[in-house]
Amino acid sequence: MSDHDKIYSTKFQDKIERSTVLMFVVTAIAVAIGGIVEIVPLFYLPNTAMSGGDGTFNSTVHKDGKGNVVSMDKIVWNPATSAHKTLEDWQPGDGVRPYKPLELAGRAVYIREGCFLCHSQMIRPFRDEKDRYGHYSIAEESMYDHTYQWGSKRTGPDLARVGAKYSDEWHRRHLKYPRDVVPESVMPNYYWLGDENHKVDAAGTVQTMKVMTMMPFNPVPKTVYTEAYINGAKAQLDGKTDLDALIAFLQGLGNHIKFEEGVNYRD
Amino acid sequence: MEATQATPIKYDMEVVRWFTIAAAIYAVVGTLIGVWIASELAWPFMNFDIPYITFGRLRPLHTNAVIFAFGGCVLMSTGYYMVQRTGATKLWSNGLAWFTFWGWNLIIVLAVVTLPLGITQGKEYAELAWPIDIMIAVVWLSFGLNHIMTVAIRKTSHIYVSNWFTMGMIVMITDLHVVNSLAIPVSLTQSYSIYSGVQDAMIQWWYGHNAVGFYLTGGFLGIMYYFVPKQVGRPVFSYRLSVLHFWALTFGYVWLGAHHLQYTALPDWTGSLGAAVSLAMIIPSWGGAMNGMMTLSGAWDKLRTDYIMRFLVVSLAFYAMSTFEGPVMSIKTVNALSHYTDWTVGHVHSGALGWVAMVGYGAIYHMIKKLYGVEKMYSESLVNTHFWLATIGTVIYIVAMWVSGIMQGLMWRDYDEYGALTHTFVESVSEMHPYYAMRVIGGVIFHLGTWIALYNIVMTVRQAIAVRGVNAVPANA
Repeated sequence: MSDHDKIYSTKFQDKIERSTVLMFVVTAIAVAIGGIVEIVPLFYLPNTAMSGGDGTFNSTVHKDGKGNVVSMDKIVWNPATSAHKTLEDWQPGDGVRPYKPLELAGRAVYIREGCFLCHSQMIRPFRDEKDRYGHYSIAEESMYDHTYQWGSKRTGPDLARVGAKYSDEWHRRHLKYPRDVVPESVMPNYYWLGDENHKVDAAGTVQTMKVMTMMPFNPVPKTVYTEAYINGAKAQLDGKTDLDALIAFLQGLGNHIKFEEGVNYRD
Repeated sequence: MEATQATPIKYDMEVVRWFTIAAAIYAVVGTLIGVWIASELAWPFMNFDIPYITFGRLRPLHTNAVIFAFGGCVLMSTGYYMVQRTGATKLWSNGLAWFTFWGWNLIIVLAVVTLPLGITQGKEYAELAWPIDIMIAVVWLSFGLNHIMTVAIRKTSHIYVSNWFTMGMIVMITDLHVVNSLAIPVSLTQSYSIYSGVQDAMIQWWYGHNAVGFYLTGGFLGIMYYFVPKQVGRPVFSYRLSVLHFWALTFGYVWLGAHHLQYTALPDWTGSLGAAVSLAMIIPSWGGAMNGMMTLSGAWDKLRTDYIMRFLVVSLAFYAMSTFEGPVMSIKTVNALSHYTDWTVGHVHSGALGWVAMVGYGAIYHMIKKLYGVEKMYSESLVNTHFWLATIGTVIYIVAMWVSGIMQGLMWRDYDEYGALTHTFVESVSEMHPYYAMRVIGGVIFHLGTWIALYNIVMTVRQAIAVRGVNAVPANA
């Protein structure tokens, strides 16, 4: 028996090592399993904010301390059942809603400038995070975030509930020259976001709205982004700068749901 | 092997030479950007009020430059080198290899142009715009096809272990890149992921962690399994351990991504499952590290004179360290403290600088000598200088991040005797300043080493060409 015919491991391993095809196939199977087990269920299990499009979320049921079911319509804004029927009428506490045009433009700026590299948008269920940032984040709150913005690093504070915490004017000054209001800050100056060369990309935002209604998972309902609403978006964006848009985006973060004591919102 | 010496095989090594030198150049560029953005966090004036060089835009350029430009060129140079030499055959297609080289470099140039302009998809480590994503898929598959077909036409009976790891990487990275990049375009430069929220987060970290697991770990373990035995002149310590190492990693690594999402809005079981498998991965990881280390048994004295060996051995030490630290950080109670802090950044860099760059440089130096048919580098003592700069720089970097990370975690959760938060957030920012400055120092030291390596490599190549003439460089090197 020559050295090359000797089997040093098992017959199957030896067979794999001699065959390019077998090595390729077995490897492809081995790498597929973990991903399938962890990813696929998130598209059909409850508590993953996967909208059925009719106000249901894969049988997600949130219950309060007494075992009473909290209607999903109170968590995700449903114009069909809400007293407020349009995005313009929507009030904080009506439930998670899609972004308004100016916010959507601001979100594009947020992504463009890489804000998510230093600011998270995901509050964990700890006492200190509750005291510092507010109620822990829940899945439904980022269901319209195509490319989620949870982030992975807090060089700056979490922004999941920064909305309405500061005035627009504070944000304006802080974004332009952070150290004017927070001397210890290490954030870059974004004064240029408000200049003449940084008008909101209106055409891009309109196109983004259309794209958001076409998403295969958690699209914005066409009853919310109606054709008329999309066509009217340009007027809302007229004359606005990237700075205005970014502030609108930040001010809309985190106040969509009226959280109640004693409700477990995560399962 | 006697047979191959009798009739020398004409390998396709010119493309390997180009990839190797490109890797040495991109290491300089990537770490320079790293040093720059680290300075921006220590001294914000370093942003110079220029939009194109703000931290938020340069950070993706840094990660893309070190992972895809430096890491990619190392993987492709070694991939094409190892697959030929272990199979005793030329490349399946030399022309396709050159397509891979120019395609990959074009992608890098496009990244350098688009990222500072703020053209990004907003996914960590997968920022590049959708048309570039398509190019990445095409060029990556050209590498994969060429590699696998070269394995298929090998003259040896068995596929060598390094090529298993490279093949595993090729398969997994293709899956990851395609699934994670699915998006609907808004324009030529802008697009939005088809996934949102929970599903997007899981897919993103499945991508993110397995880019680490199969590209920066698996791919580089392939390098380790070839270049450590070659440099020592001894066979791999245990063949059976390498079988175990490969299959355990290939099957197990895929599950780890969820540990990046502990305590988030993801269902709890996902993070717990990710953490459980993470802990189990200590065993094969350490088995692999031992396998590399023990290959030196009986030849440890070589460390005194062989500076390339030093790179390889220290890289294994950092590999063992990071693969212990990672699972520890995935444990929920530890993660509660470490997540969102600089500890994560430190962990990444102990892997990236200590493991990936060190083993990469070990391979680069080894290949340069073989590829240009020289006995010694232009300066062996400069290899040693580089080794010490790299080691010291890495240690300073990760120590700074350990201290700052744990400090951040502790400051954020601290309560005073009245039951109020002790620190405002911005106190944690200002307290980090000395450690951010220390990180810059560590980074500068590491960065200086990359210049020395580039100089040494260029001088070695020049000398080799001067001695032999351009065309006299042996094709079978």
